[in-house]
Amino acid sequence: MVILIDSDTKAIVQGMTGTQGSFHTKLMLSYGTRIVAGVTPGKGGFQVEGVPVYDTVNEALHGHEADASIIFVPAPVVRDAVLEAIGSGLKLLVIITEGVPMKDAMEFLWEAERSSVRIIGPNTPGVITPNECKLGIMPSHVFKKGGVGVVSRSGTLTYEVSAGLTQSGLGQSTCLGLGGDALVGLTFVEALEMFKNDRETDAVALIGEIGGNAEELAAEYIKATGYPKPVVAYVVGRSAPPGKRMGHAGAIIMGRTGTAESKIKAFESVGVDIAEMPNDVARILRERLA
Amino acid sequence: MKLFEHEAKALGVNFNLPLPRSLLASTPDQAREAAQSLEKPCVIKAQVLVSGRGKAGGVRFASTPEEAYQIAKILLGSDLKGEKISKLLVEERILSKKELYLGLVVDRSKCCYSMLASSEGGVDIEEVSEKAPEKIVRREISPLSGLREYEAREVAVKLGYTGRQLLELTSIILKLYRITVACDGELVETNPLIETPEGEFVAADLRILIDDSSLFRHPDFQKRAMEMTEELKPIEMKAREKRLAYVELDGDIGVVGNGAGLVMATLDMIKHYGGKPANFCDIGGGASSERVSDAIEIVLSNEKVKILLVNILGGITRCDEVAKGILAVRERTGVIKPMVIRLVGTNDEVGRRMLVEAGIESFESMENAAEKAVELASEA
Repeated sequence: MVILIDSDTKAIVQGMTGTQGSFHTKLMLSYGTRIVAGVTPGKGGFQVEGVPVYDTVNEALHGHEADASIIFVPAPVVRDAVLEAIGSGLKLLVIITEGVPMKDAMEFLWEAERSSVRIIGPNTPGVITPNECKLGIMPSHVFKKGGVGVVSRSGTLTYEVSAGLTQSGLGQSTCLGLGGDALVGLTFVEALEMFKNDRETDAVALIGEIGGNAEELAAEYIKATGYPKPVVAYVVGRSAPPGKRMGHAGAIIMGRTGTAESKIKAFESVGVDIAEMPNDVARILRERLA
Repeated sequence: MKLFEHEAKALGVNFNLPLPRSLLASTPDQAREAAQSLEKPCVIKAQVLVSGRGKAGGVRFASTPEEAYQIAKILLGSDLKGEKISKLLVEERILSKKELYLGLVVDRSKCCYSMLASSEGGVDIEEVSEKAPEKIVRREISPLSGLREYEAREVAVKLGYTGRQLLELTSIILKLYRITVACDGELVETNPLIETPEGEFVAADLRILIDDSSLFRHPDFQKRAMEMTEELKPIEMKAREKRLAYVELDGDIGVVGNGAGLVMATLDMIKHYGGKPANFCDIGGGASSERVSDAIEIVLSNEKVKILLVNILGGITRCDEVAKGILAVRERTGVIKPMVIRLVGTNDEVGRRMLVEAGIESFESMENAAEKAVELASEA
């Protein structure tokens, strides 16, 4: 069953003709993802890797069935691209673009909520269900099919932790990045809820970082639901100074909120195992699943 | 991006926000003239971006133009918490009956702006929110409909005002919201908003943070951000020119890696093994060898750095490009500080071979690499 995407998922790529869009269209296709059409305004009639490109999402959906869109358009036009996808009735949007203005994100995230559209990102590496479907930019060779759900705010750390899991013989059900921005769609709580209901997921690896309180909310949720599957949390940014953005727009300690200590404390207080290092995630999960 | 107070207030003027009369001065003579023309006791405020300006002596009172001149003489050119004071805002002093707080903040969990208001302003609002949360009025604003007038009015009512004052405060709240939206504010707050003995409201201070991601549609701010920004050290400015995410820390192990999360993890790991990172530096995804060399050069230009730790997990970043970049720095700058390299992922065999041939040791595990770097730093 897995979560969000599987071998039946059909997707369009918005911004398919750009450097990133065309490069990753090729990689996603070679992974076996069913990319049915592309959209780039002004490039209708072109093709990328044999996939037809349209000027609008509605045109693309006229001739092709699709469930999802992966968005690579430049930050200044993300707002319009997302609103267009929502307006066309797509229900899952993965926004890869980094540097989306907060005001724009607020608007499309609320619009998505109102239209029951699920948004992953912005500034996400995407989502991958090993051996089935990849809607993202992650290096696919580090992932292997299995029972660990991985949810993270960071791209490279998702790869690091997943590679560690794979090496130690633990495959993954679905791995997803929530995005490094301050304002993102899908949250830890929603991802945990989906993993809870997924029969193929036996345990969850949660990778958090400084900034905001999404991890604290996840801890509350784990406690409130008596979460039935083992969860290991790895939180980075213990050495980050307050008030400085650590690479991700959302990785910033503001005043007293968003510290790694607060997040780690929240997880510990509800009995979630804490990984001190990326490789601890696999070690702890092996013990918990033994 | 943080705005200077005078920049924020210039925006406030455009939106008819009630502000104290003020003039900008960059010499003591200008400060005296400003105080003369205001014809009132003045507040002299250092225009700096560091926070805690008041406590550090950057805000002073002058009852005569001569005093303004003397204060300006002391402040201008002096150093306030590491930032040089080059401009002063000379402002009429506003008498206060009560100090309020009004602010618009980005609410990360609700994904919208929230209005915060309190009748207990003038102090650290975070402290009020922790100790007496009931004294803060909080209201989410739908990004789809914006702040409606009646919503602003409800906030003003909750602050305890009636009659003409209620209408005036409502209008100030709406203006603050309009400023926030117009300038893509990440934070817009007036603290204190003064209620004068005559019952008028005046925004004595105005603090504005602009969302960095929105700067492409605010060319004036973007230009200013490149020239002069908050608390940036010279190396941080250089990194910004090269579009590298770089934050200076106070240790001796220089760090370069790909991906914000991975670099943060590297810093934590150095700390875990008892070492101290000198910086955060993220080269991002798909970096060219030039970008790698630029990053390493910037990190090594920090004199405190004794050891360099490079941590690369290549996906779209190619390890051979990284190795090429590392070797290029060595060639360009002569033999330099010891390096510990962790290199795995796309083309890692080629990359590692290039390093081995040049006599540089590389690791597959980031734990081992971090431990080694800490060990070398403690010996150096």
